[in-house]
Amino acid sequence: MTAATLDQGTQAGLSTRRLSRWTLLGVLVADVLVSLGLFAVTPLQGRADFGVFVLLVYLALQTMLSISVEGRRKAVDRFVLAVVVGSFVVALLPLASILVYTSVHGAKRFDTTFFTHSMRNVGPNDPGGGAYHAIIGTLEQLALTTVIAVPLGLLVAIYLTEYARGRFGRFVSFFVDVMTGIPSIVAGLFIYALWIQTLKLGYSGFAGSLALVVIMLPTVIRSSEEMLKLVPPSLREAGLALGMTKSKVVLRIVMPTALPGIVTGVMLAMSRVAGETAPLLLTLFGIDQIVNDPFHGPQEALPLFIFNEISRPSPEAYDRAWTAALTLIIIVMVFNLLARLFVRFASRNRGSARA
Amino acid sequence: MTSTAPAAPGRSRLLQERRTVPDRGFRVLVIAAAYVVLAILAGIAIFLVLKAVPALHKDTANFFTTFAWNPDNTPAQFGIGVLAYGTLVTALLALVIAIPVALGVALFIAYYAPRALAQPLGYLVDLLAAVPSIVYGFWGLLFLRPYSAGLQTWVARYFSWTHVLGTSTGTVGQSFFLAGTVLAVMILPIVAAISREIFLQVPQTQREAALALGATKWEMIKWSALPYARSGIASAAVLGFGRALGETIAVAIVLSTNYELVSKLLSPGGNTIAANIALTYSDAGQVGTGALIASGLVLFVITLVVNLVARAIARQSTPAGSVV
Repeated sequence: MTAATLDQGTQAGLSTRRLSRWTLLGVLVADVLVSLGLFAVTPLQGRADFGVFVLLVYLALQTMLSISVEGRRKAVDRFVLAVVVGSFVVALLPLASILVYTSVHGAKRFDTTFFTHSMRNVGPNDPGGGAYHAIIGTLEQLALTTVIAVPLGLLVAIYLTEYARGRFGRFVSFFVDVMTGIPSIVAGLFIYALWIQTLKLGYSGFAGSLALVVIMLPTVIRSSEEMLKLVPPSLREAGLALGMTKSKVVLRIVMPTALPGIVTGVMLAMSRVAGETAPLLLTLFGIDQIVNDPFHGPQEALPLFIFNEISRPSPEAYDRAWTAALTLIIIVMVFNLLARLFVRFASRNRGSARA
Repeated sequence: MTSTAPAAPGRSRLLQERRTVPDRGFRVLVIAAAYVVLAILAGIAIFLVLKAVPALHKDTANFFTTFAWNPDNTPAQFGIGVLAYGTLVTALLALVIAIPVALGVALFIAYYAPRALAQPLGYLVDLLAAVPSIVYGFWGLLFLRPYSAGLQTWVARYFSWTHVLGTSTGTVGQSFFLAGTVLAVMILPIVAAISREIFLQVPQTQREAALALGATKWEMIKWSALPYARSGIASAAVLGFGRALGETIAVAIVLSTNYELVSKLLSPGGNTIAANIALTYSDAGQVGTGALIASGLVLFVITLVVNLVARAIARQSTPAGSVV
C-alpha cells in the first residue's frame, strides 16, 4: 500500500489514475450552482465578482481533487493550464469590452450629419455637429506623414541592409533604435520647439505631420529592414554577376522581392500613427471648422476631436466623442486588417512572382 | 548587418568599374537619408535643451529635488520630482500587472493553443496594440473606472494597513492604480508578442527532451523554455516599461491630476511627465512652456536609458542551443 501511494504521489505515470473530463465538468457545474446560492443569500454581489468567485473556487476544487487523485505534479500542471488559459481570456476582455462599448455608444451618432458636418457654430451642449473636419484633417495628415516617412525610411533601411558597414552603420542602427523609443509627446515637443517656437511657422496640419514622421520613421525603417534582410544574397549576386550596378540590383531585384513585406510594414505603421494624439496636441492647435489646407493655420484631427469632446462633459459631446472613437478605431483596424490580408495574399502569390 | 551585402565592392575591379553616375547618386542619396535620421535625433536633443535652459535659469528652486510645479509664478518654482515619481510609479504598476498576464498569453499561444488557432489568436492579442491611446483613455474613464471602483474600495478596506494599497481621501477612482491598469492593458500586447516570439524560438529538441524524460507540460516550460527565454522576457518587460513611461493621453484622461506626492496608490491624484505636458501646455506662459519642455527632456533621457537597458539585456541573451 505504501508503494502504491508513493507511486501516485511522485509520478504522473501513464497508468496512474486520471481525472476524467466529466468529473471536472461536474465540479464546475456544482461550483456554479453553489456560488449562485451564495450570491443569492450572502452580501456577495456583482456579475464580475461572480465570475471571479466561480473561477477561484473551481481552481481550488480542481487542484485539491487533482492532488488527491493524480498526485502533486499533475495537479500543478493542471493549475498552470488553468492560469494560462485564464490569462489569455483576461487579456482579451479589454479588447472585447472596448470594441463592444465603443460600438454601442458610437452607434448613437453614427449618422450622415456626423460625417458631413463640422463643429462650426455648434456649442458644447448642442446636439448635432460632426467630425467631418477632423476626418479630413486626419486623412490629410496621415497622407503627408506617409509621403515623407516612407521614402525616407525606405532609403535608410536600404542603407542599413545594402550599404552600411563598419562603425558608422552600427552607429546609425543604434540611433534608429533610440528613435523607436522616443515617447510621442516628446516628438510633439520637438516640432513645437522647432517649428512653432523657433521658426515661428505656426500651428498647422503639416506641423502635426512632421511630429508624426518622427514616430513613424523608425517603425518603417525597422520593418523594411527586416524584409530586405530576408531577400536571399544569391539574388543579389545573380544580378551583380549579370553586370548590373549595385543601385540597379537594389531597385530592380531586392526591392521588388521585399515589396509585399514592406507594404505590410508601412500599413501597420500608418495604423499606429493614425491613432496618435499627443504629438498633434502640441502642433495642430485644433479648430472647429473645416480646414482643407494642411499647410496654413490650425487643423483638426480625430484623436484631438475626441480629446476636446471628452473635456466637455455633456451627454451630446460624449456621444460625439464615442462616435469619433468608433470612426478612429474603424480607420485604424481597416489599415491593420488590410496589412495582414495583404501579407496573406502576397505570400500566396509569391511562388509565381519572381525569382 | 553587412552579412547580406554581396561581394564587397572594392575587392573586385570588375564590379567597381560598373559604378555609373546614377549608381553613385543613389549611394549618396541613401547615405544622406541615414544622416537625416541622425539630424532628427540631434535636432530633438538640441531644441529641447535650447528651449529648456532659459526656463531652468528662471527656476528659483532645484529642478531635480523640488516637489512642486509653479513655473509661471514669480519667482518661478518647479521641480521634476513629483512628475518623475508619478511616471515611474504608474509605469511600474503597469509592468507588475501586465507581465504575468502577458507571459500567460505568450505561453498559451506558443505551447497550449491548437496549432491552427495559434496565429489568429496571436493576431487578436496584437489588435490590442492597434487601439488608439485616446480610446484607451476614454474607455478607462467611463468603463474601467466604475467597474474597478468596487475592487478598489474592497482593496482599500482590507489592505489599507499596507499604506500603499490605501487611500488618503476616503474615495477611490482616478488613481495611480487606475492609470496603471489602463497602461497595463496598453503594454500587454508588446510584452506578449515579444515573449511569444522567444518561446517559439526555444529549440524543439530541448522541449522534446524534457517531455521525453516524463516531464509534464509545466515542467517542460519550467526546465526548458523559461531558462532559455529569460533574457528575452526581461528585455520585453523593459521595452514595455519604456512604452508605459511615455504614454500620454490615456493617463492624462484617466488620472485626476495634482502636484502632490501620492504614496497611496488608490488615492485620486498624482501626475506624470507626459500627462502634465498634454494637460497644461495650452495654459502655460513663457517660463511654463520652457519648464514643460525641460520635463520632456527628462522623459526623453529616462526612456533612452530604459531602452538602452532593454537592448543590453537582449544582446546578452542565452546562446542558442545551450543546454541549461
